[in-house]
Amino acid sequence: MNTTSDHSQQNAKSAVLAVAKRQLLQDALFHRVTQLFSLVVLVALLGIIISLFVNALPTFSKFGFKFLWYVEWDIIKGEFGAAISIVGTILSAGIAMILAVPLAFGIAVFLTETCPVWLRRPLGTAVELLAAVPSIIYGMFGLFVFAPVFSEFLQVPLQSVLMGMPIVGWLFGGATNGLGIMAAGIILAFMVLPFVAAVMRDVFEITPVILRESAYGLGCTTWEVVRKVVLPYTQKGVIGGVMLGLGRALGETMAVTFVIGNANRLPTSLFSPGTSIASVLANEFGEAEGLHFNTLFALGFLLFCITFIVLSIAKWLINRTEKSKGL
Amino acid sequence: MTMIQKMSDTALYRSRQRANLIGLTLSMFAMFLGLAALLWILFVLFSNGFAALDITLFTNDTPAPGSEGGGIRNAIVGSLMIVGLSVLISTPLGVLAGIYLSEYGDTSKTAEFTRNVTDIMLSAPSIVLGLFVYAIAVAPVGHFSGYAGSLALSLIAIPVVMRTTENMLRLVPGSLREAAFALGAPRWKVSLMVTLRAAKSGVITGVLLAVARISGETAPLLFTALNNQFFSTNMEAPMANLPVVIFQFAMSPYQNWIQLAWGAALLITLTVLLLNILARVFFREKVKS
Repeated sequence: MNTTSDHSQQNAKSAVLAVAKRQLLQDALFHRVTQLFSLVVLVALLGIIISLFVNALPTFSKFGFKFLWYVEWDIIKGEFGAAISIVGTILSAGIAMILAVPLAFGIAVFLTETCPVWLRRPLGTAVELLAAVPSIIYGMFGLFVFAPVFSEFLQVPLQSVLMGMPIVGWLFGGATNGLGIMAAGIILAFMVLPFVAAVMRDVFEITPVILRESAYGLGCTTWEVVRKVVLPYTQKGVIGGVMLGLGRALGETMAVTFVIGNANRLPTSLFSPGTSIASVLANEFGEAEGLHFNTLFALGFLLFCITFIVLSIAKWLINRTEKSKGL
Repeated sequence: MTMIQKMSDTALYRSRQRANLIGLTLSMFAMFLGLAALLWILFVLFSNGFAALDITLFTNDTPAPGSEGGGIRNAIVGSLMIVGLSVLISTPLGVLAGIYLSEYGDTSKTAEFTRNVTDIMLSAPSIVLGLFVYAIAVAPVGHFSGYAGSLALSLIAIPVVMRTTENMLRLVPGSLREAAFALGAPRWKVSLMVTLRAAKSGVITGVLLAVARISGETAPLLFTALNNQFFSTNMEAPMANLPVVIFQFAMSPYQNWIQLAWGAALLITLTVLLLNILARVFFREKVKS
């Protein structure tokens, strides 16, 4: 009798052990499988960098570092430089940020401080929904609606007033058909505005209520609370949000291609047509062969590097803000 | 003495009030300007889009250059297939990767790095992803294909699904996990059958947001799926899709093509907005429960 109970105990023990062993194995398997899937992103990143670089190699080896500041784009002679499209990319994105950041800041302040509480949610949701509108819609709007209006009501009057002025006059020269660097910048500003505003509002909301209320308790005005409490507290996050917007603006294709004018020469004024890296890719990739093809990959590689750096800084700044949340 | 102090006080008080008034007025003006600009865009889109909307849009295929009428049936079907396949790829992949980040990601440095790279990929230029997929899936085969298009869109959708899944899983209370562990459930069962189930509507939110994000993407499809003037359900060949049709037709000189582009633009925008609203509804349910 004793021996049988011992026996069954032993059996039960080994059964439990078997189950535990099996579960351990399954768990290890589950861990590895999910890890494998999460590595897909890293593999994609590596793949992007390697495949772009390999395809761009002929261009890089032919022009070397000169490629970065070489002002030439001659498909027939096979002479290519990235300067024209880099300048166009940075100028259009820069104009976009100059216009969009103050507006986004104003919107974020309005949504977090002055807006009546019952309006906050609907307006906030509207801003977020607009950030989701596909960029090609902004491009079409720019080409068909904005460009004619811009030409008639902004370019022509600005040119007649400012053209003769010394120092700044040259900025406003050129044809006034509504397409060009400035128009691309404005359309990009339309596009990144809801995005930057939404990020800024989220960051502003991180400010502890107790800090805000203490400031109000000391008799601060709303504006002073924003300027001297909220803004310093969320500084890094705000800059991070702006950089996120910049990253989007630099890499944007559709909103820019429709309105930038697609001319492969250096812009001579804010109104003159130009081109950006993304729009060169969209326009010329279909017909590219040989060195031209490799050069387009080289441009893609440059664009990826630029945006990757900008976005990394943005991410780092936003991470630091969120970490200080526990204050 | 007290008089002077009082006067300076009121002067200071007034200037502070003035600064406050100016600042808040400017911010209100910014809100007004921003909303007006964006409403202008939506108004233009709706008025042009609804003018182009009729039954032939859904029953006819894209017209040849110079011919009258036409619709975008082939592009709608193509877009649905390309986006559908990429949802099938990116949902399981993104969800499992998201589980890894939330369940195992606190202690591992690789997970931390993956998380940051994923966040960067969320905003990476989509045209570069198109170039990449061209290099690995179009150039070796020698022709554009719907599959390549799906692959490019998956690369955009995976980070979205991954990060939302992770965030939603983190909202699940730890006590739920602990209760399951205490009953002797192995980790994979806890993750898949307890945590993931509790975060179900949140995960659906992520998938919906990903679909919304990729259905309007144009640039990556330009180098991968390209376009096809005819009706085709063969994903190994070039495939018509709404974004590329909009791009090509809007840039064309033909009036009927431009009108079709507006119709397609309206369809895409309505889809994207609807998906976003649905995602919000799901998320709100999650927060409530």
